[in-house]
Amino acid sequence: MNLEPTLAHYLLVSAALFALGLLGLITRRNAVQALMGVELMLNSANLNLVAFSRFGTGGIDGQVFGTFVIVVAAAEVAVALALVLALYRMRRTPNLDAATTLRG
Amino acid sequence: MTASAVVFWVLTLIVLASAAVVVLSRSLINSAFALLATFSGVAGFYVLLGADFLAAVQFLVYVGGILILLVFGVMLTHRIQDLDLRAEARQLVPGLFVAAGVFILLAAVATRTPWAIGAGRLPSATTAEIGRAFLGKYLLPFEAASILLLVALIGAALIVRKREDA
Repeated sequence: MNLEPTLAHYLLVSAALFALGLLGLITRRNAVQALMGVELMLNSANLNLVAFSRFGTGGIDGQVFGTFVIVVAAAEVAVALALVLALYRMRRTPNLDAATTLRG
Repeated sequence: MTASAVVFWVLTLIVLASAAVVVLSRSLINSAFALLATFSGVAGFYVLLGADFLAAVQFLVYVGGILILLVFGVMLTHRIQDLDLRAEARQLVPGLFVAAGVFILLAAVATRTPWAIGAGRLPSATTAEIGRAFLGKYLLPFEAASILLLVALIGAALIVRKREDA
């Protein structure tokens, strides 16, 4: 078995990280913990981009995209936490199940 | 086994184990601290892949910014008297099936696709190159990202403000 890390190794690690993030996003009821799952998924996508930048033919482009992903993640987490705080102020709970105002 | 292979497998262990703690831990504070290890491990991967600038950004933005923000979120959304900060999970078994299915799909794609593996870029200083890409080839996305940050800042402040009529 070849233990030297190649592109496929990084892609597999990132796939596992993505699956764990998805598991957190869909099973956790606490909004902040679901957000942590989203962050894990964004990190795994970023790992893919940087791995392709290292092993592929795209040069530096993958790392530039990775920087953009980090920018978007920072904006996303700020807005999402604002929404969680608004939910908490309205329902006195951070649980996503409580956000039922639009339910018919 | 070379040194880089050893580092890779140690980082893999750190990242996946701490990510599992983030997802499966019942305590929110444990999740937040495990997330610190995950983010740091990913930064280690960036170093291993020769992305020095991105590793520094990962530390500054994720560990120094996003993680602190998440901990604030944990603290602000719990009454101070219930100290145990429990978080429950629903439908763990179907969730496990879905996550395992996604992993199998992604792993199959990752291992079977004939990726265009070129000479690759050897690890070298990237900051100047990324700066030139930002102000040359990627100038429009760069400006759009700055506007996105401004909009997110204003939007977040608007959402959490106290309304006078409420």
